[in-house]
Amino acid sequence: MISRLNIILAASVLILAALSLLVGPAALGPGESLSAIFSSDGGTAALIMREIRLPRALLGVLIGASLGLSGAALQGFLRNPLAEPGIIGVSSSASLGAVLVFYSGLAGASLLALPAGALVGALAAMLALIGFSRGNTATLTLILAGVALSSLAGALTSLALNLSPNPFASYEIIFWLLGSLKDRSMEHVWIALPLMLAGWIMIAVSARALDALSFGEEAAASLGVDVGRARLLVVGGVALSVGAATAVAGAIGFVGLVVPHLVRPFTDRMPGGLLLPSALGGAALLTAADIAARLIRPAGELNVGVVTALIGAPFFLWLVAHSRREVQS
Amino acid sequence: MNAEQPIAVSTAGLSVTLGPRPVLAGIDFAMARGEVVGLLGPNGAGKSTLIRALAGQVAFDGSIAIEGRDQHDLTADARSRIVAHLPQGRMIAWPLAVETVVGLGRLPWRGFAGRGDADGARACREAMELADVTHLAGRPATALSGGEQARVLAARAIAQATPVLLADEPVAGLDPAHQMSLMLAFRRIAARGRAVLVSLHDLTLAARWCDRVVVLHDGRIAADGAPASVLTADLLERVFDILVRLDHDECGPILTPIGLSADRE
Repeated sequence: MISRLNIILAASVLILAALSLLVGPAALGPGESLSAIFSSDGGTAALIMREIRLPRALLGVLIGASLGLSGAALQGFLRNPLAEPGIIGVSSSASLGAVLVFYSGLAGASLLALPAGALVGALAAMLALIGFSRGNTATLTLILAGVALSSLAGALTSLALNLSPNPFASYEIIFWLLGSLKDRSMEHVWIALPLMLAGWIMIAVSARALDALSFGEEAAASLGVDVGRARLLVVGGVALSVGAATAVAGAIGFVGLVVPHLVRPFTDRMPGGLLLPSALGGAALLTAADIAARLIRPAGELNVGVVTALIGAPFFLWLVAHSRREVQS
Repeated sequence: MNAEQPIAVSTAGLSVTLGPRPVLAGIDFAMARGEVVGLLGPNGAGKSTLIRALAGQVAFDGSIAIEGRDQHDLTADARSRIVAHLPQGRMIAWPLAVETVVGLGRLPWRGFAGRGDADGARACREAMELADVTHLAGRPATALSGGEQARVLAARAIAQATPVLLADEPVAGLDPAHQMSLMLAFRRIAARGRAVLVSLHDLTLAARWCDRVVVLHDGRIAADGAPASVLTADLLERVFDILVRLDHDECGPILTPIGLSADRE
């Protein structure tokens, strides 16, 4: 199970996470930075490392892994290379939840109000999806309901922007929607981690079902797969992990779509076997993008969601052109 | 039916209703190990629905027993070690290698982390030889022709090594040689004690390669028996609306459709 690909990817994640700890406006040397994490003197360096850079590096890894894993799980389950966590409407519903918290002015009340709002949005989307997708045509319904939920959440987000009481509130909402890992604390890590772990476990349990689903639902059922259960596990797992990711970092696009395609050629292309490399690849990619976001413009740093979209969209175009050529030849 | 072999599948009063439409009504059917049974009938007669019901994939009234066990009592996991289903819709979603596809047929026999399937390699090798796809082992299945993909998926179902194999139009789109070699493969696994139900549209193929044919018409069994006695000009005109020229040689009947029946024209 532990292939060379996974070892290489895991090593990249560790190296990039360590690099992420070294990047920031405070002038700290590499040795100083890393030792400050474990020092007990409570000095400025320790404070910066533990309160600012460590949560940022951890969230980069956790969120990237959640997005990569969810993308791979959805592509496998829907047997569609274009599937990504956004397709079932979970991230846009989580965004809507957060926007409503901004809009109602509750965001100032507590640090936890924003993630709580986003989680409520993600859970509502999950329940709606599970409610809609029952019976024989459930997978098709799942996609259609996801697209509808996604548009509805997007429309309501725009409505909130339209009706927003002052320009500053709209600015704050738009900025949050772009996705960022800036100024996050360990509280954010503790909010997201348990939900993400639960989601990861649900997805990992469905790996065997994803393999069998390569032949469609009827053939998968004849191989002993309970397709309804697999659907619950995948939808629930994606909603929990991506909902938690969106709750603490806003909507970060393209990681979930692109990463499975990046790692697939190096595997035997079995959807179940793609899960771990996609999680590791997502963690590496998002951490790298977050380092880039800080280095490109150190003064007023870029939103990491902008960076991933800037990498992801051209790659996606290349993918479309490439796969078309493959079909033609 | 072969009296010496144990009954693999039997139904009594089997009915299936999809939406407002009764698709199968009062089906009493049985199949023994060692038999290749051809399932014939015009489009919409209920062939695929009967196969799905036997595979445990549609709700039904009446009773189905598979290897002596009530269909309702079988878990999906237990059923997957008794019944293999080769659906009509052929799908291979990812560019998996042919040997990987066939290997997935062993999924029901694998324990945690893919362990515990001692017979797996041998079963896959045999299935690939029977379906004549051994030479394609390393190729991505999605790059193969439609007929080759059909044989790869057939090998996947054969590798599942279940006492019962249900194949829904497995030879559609295959060249004549591979149609016959796949039917021969079904005969070989039946000779080793498995029961094979195969739905077909080619009447001569059914007549020559099946021990028995069951003809469905409007959701009911119109005829059930040895090909030579069942496939009469009268039955074919009544069920299929066709006029057929019937010849015989030492291997059995040869049926050549020559025109539509009078009430079709």
